[in-house]
Amino acid sequence: MAEFTLPANSKVRPGKTHAAPAGAKRVGSFRIYRWSPDDDENPRLDTYEIDLDACGPMVLDALIKIKNEVDSTLTFRRSCREGICGSCAMNIDGTNTLACLKPIDEVKGAVRIYPLPHMPVMKDLVPDLTQAYAQLRSVEPWLKADTPAPPDAERLQSTEERAKLDGLWECILCFCCTTSCPSYWWNGDRYLGPAVLLAAYRWIADSRDEATGERLDALQDPFKLYRCHTIMNCTQTCPKNLNPAQAIGQIKTLMLERQG
Amino acid sequence: MTDSRDALMLGRASDGRLVRRPLSPHLQVYRPQITSILSILHRATGIVLSAGTLLMVWWLVAAARGEAAYATVSGFLRSPVGLLLLFGWTATLWYHFCSGLRHLAWDAGWGFTLPVVHRSGWTVVIAAAVLTVLTWIVAVIVI
Repeated sequence: MAEFTLPANSKVRPGKTHAAPAGAKRVGSFRIYRWSPDDDENPRLDTYEIDLDACGPMVLDALIKIKNEVDSTLTFRRSCREGICGSCAMNIDGTNTLACLKPIDEVKGAVRIYPLPHMPVMKDLVPDLTQAYAQLRSVEPWLKADTPAPPDAERLQSTEERAKLDGLWECILCFCCTTSCPSYWWNGDRYLGPAVLLAAYRWIADSRDEATGERLDALQDPFKLYRCHTIMNCTQTCPKNLNPAQAIGQIKTLMLERQG
Repeated sequence: MTDSRDALMLGRASDGRLVRRPLSPHLQVYRPQITSILSILHRATGIVLSAGTLLMVWWLVAAARGEAAYATVSGFLRSPVGLLLLFGWTATLWYHFCSGLRHLAWDAGWGFTLPVVHRSGWTVVIAAAVLTVLTWIVAVIVI
């Protein structure tokens, strides 16, 4: 059931301000969501002012600088710092994206940073993705075929068959799209969400996979697939410029086509 | 039915005791954008249209009951409040109609790329506005 307001323990309160170092010419302000399981307090929004002339260009650079130089308790996930691992997915300036791909100067005014929306918070900017990972497992995102592979070669595809996977295989599972979807916010216990449905379609569209019917059977459900109402927030927010909404649309088309 | 996600709202503090985790902000922080706004407008106009249909039923029932009843309804609909309701109803109807065509196109597999989504979205808004104004121009001329 949709609850539009936050539970009492989740309401964000004003937090502390860490002022910019003296002599900083270009000051950047970062308002960052903080919560720790050890504090017994509501989440708060702390303000960090840093010298942008002594900071890299991306929001992730600022977060790392804050953690290194201002407040080592600030907690966030990061790894590759070049948009390929999907770890630093968060809500920046009102939309979900990867902190490593988001230039600081694209944001007007203070940079507001929250964890991915409508998720349980483990600490600060780290959401619990257990549910999304379990949903990904449920679509069995691997090649399923009864026909054995040729003993001395790969399973071959034509150029056209391979081209159908472009725009699907590039997904890095950062879950920016899934957590941008209001339908997933309200029904994420049973609706699979755009990232997982894109992963499902990646195998449905694969000419080498022989479980298409089985995969479609598994999605024939009022919630798993059909809670997508084509809101399009997913496609709008994808930091890899993929189109999960289109993939979901193609699954729906296949569902209709096989009914004849 | 309980929500299976509730289980994930429990975490542990460093000393091992159970704590309730907060839910991260969603509607409170997510930037409104043309994708989500037009989507919620489609739903809202659908609901308003259902309510507006009651207005039409009232009008039809009054017409069936006789002259006096019809005059009452007609008088109300011609009052400033009634005209405002009718204007809202036509605007709502045209938006829901145009937006419905957009959803029909998506259901048929067309128009998913982002530039097309933005263009079709603005087209729906403008078309609904133009059709509403046209409807009222015709209405004023005829009446």
